[in-house]
Amino acid sequence: MATLYLSVIVLIPLAAVVAKALSQSPSALWRSISNAESVKTLVTTLLAAVVTAAIASVMGTLVAWVLVRDEFPGRSVVNAIIDLPFAMPTIVAGLALLVLYGPHSPLHLHLAFTRTIVVVALLFITLPFVVRAVQPVLLERNREVEEAAASLGASNLTIFRRVILPALRPAILSGAALSFARAVGEIGSLVLITAKVPIASIVIYNDIEQGVPHAAASLSLVLMVVSLVVLALIRRLGGRVAH
Amino acid sequence: MLISAKARWGLRAAALLYLLLLLILPVVIVFTKTFEHGVGTAWSYMTTPAAISALSLSLLMAIVAVPLNAIFGIGAALIIVRGRHRRLAAVLDAFIDLPFLVSPVIVGLALTLVYGIHGWFGAWLASHGVQIIFAPTGMIIATVFVSLPFVVREVAPVLAEVGDEQEQAAATLGACGWQTFRRITLPSIRWGVLYGVILSTARALGEIGAVLVVSSLVAGSTLTLPLLVYERTQNPGSAGVTGAYAAATELAVISLVVLLAMTLLSPRRTRST
Repeated sequence: MATLYLSVIVLIPLAAVVAKALSQSPSALWRSISNAESVKTLVTTLLAAVVTAAIASVMGTLVAWVLVRDEFPGRSVVNAIIDLPFAMPTIVAGLALLVLYGPHSPLHLHLAFTRTIVVVALLFITLPFVVRAVQPVLLERNREVEEAAASLGASNLTIFRRVILPALRPAILSGAALSFARAVGEIGSLVLITAKVPIASIVIYNDIEQGVPHAAASLSLVLMVVSLVVLALIRRLGGRVAH
Repeated sequence: MLISAKARWGLRAAALLYLLLLLILPVVIVFTKTFEHGVGTAWSYMTTPAAISALSLSLLMAIVAVPLNAIFGIGAALIIVRGRHRRLAAVLDAFIDLPFLVSPVIVGLALTLVYGIHGWFGAWLASHGVQIIFAPTGMIIATVFVSLPFVVREVAPVLAEVGDEQEQAAATLGACGWQTFRRITLPSIRWGVLYGVILSTARALGEIGAVLVVSSLVAGSTLTLPLLVYERTQNPGSAGVTGAYAAATELAVISLVVLLAMTLLSPRRTRST
């Protein structure tokens, strides 16, 4: 029963996308993913996802460290709001970014419709991944090794680089991979703020609307292959896909 | 690390500033914009026939998708953790995360290719007068798809953690399969199920990418609340985008309730009893 449900809901429709992409001749499929437009779209999308994953790794680790090792009033509230991007519909985030950085920006920052705003939106929706991956590892860590290193004269930077970071690396990488995967396919938070920035999910949407399902399916196939590679990577790192 | 007070303050300030700019500011700005022309104006936008229809359609999505995925999720988690067919369990485990990894827009495309007028079952469905794409049915299927893995992924680790000793004890004492499930298994996984249900509800109410593709975007019939935000932003009309802010605020309030529920449940979901 469970397998049947999964097949009907998930596998058959996804097979239809693959079938549509492969129903073209190989050369037509190759042309539709290797033309200048598609290459530009893929490069922009993957680059945005890589930049997002990189910033999310650094800032996510910092936030997790502060939440675990620092003590300040309101820490539990801050800890709770980390999950906000999982609870909040992505279109709300997109609309908020349009207000903040659009033509009538109260901050006078006109970033809407640029690559920068795409990364900001992606950082919003992927925030919990690295934080929630790193937090439990930091909580369980024994601090004795760090204290031993300090007593032997290691500087904070050395302790972080040589003692803490190696222990956190798998968690950070798994959080970064999840952020990357999520960023590659994101549409909700971007649909109001990208305009001419060629983001794959939005290009696919436009292709569907303009009645060129072949083009949409070809690009989808590339994205699905990227997702599967990331899934394999996450499994190797021993992470979970859900948070 | 023996960090100096100054460095500690610096790190704390950097982390909090980042969260303030990235998380808090956007939410605050949506609320501010919604009520800048007064509460009455905002309320009138939230209670137009289109807005009420959008809210009810969103609720319908959740009411159908969440129970289906909860039942599937418990069953699938049992197969993955307890199943005797290890190969089936491995296959299920491998494919179950697909909805999290595939872009929602691909989900929409996939459903169009299966149920759309030129899709695999399109001609057959049309000859029987059934419309799925550009109708609420297609949007419900899309919502079921994207919210499918949440319950499985919450329940499976809890099942693995509690182990099956109590279940075996119940079985040796003569309990049938259903009794064991209802009296032993279900109570031990209930917080995990509830947490998964909350996450899937949030996703079902907030989904836009997949439903955007399969919706005809007609106010009053195929607009969910997130689609109403999209539609009112794209076509602001004479009143400007205040209507979009109002709908976004409704969603933001719902998500704050969800967040509160997540926070309250979080310490319980990993504890088995």
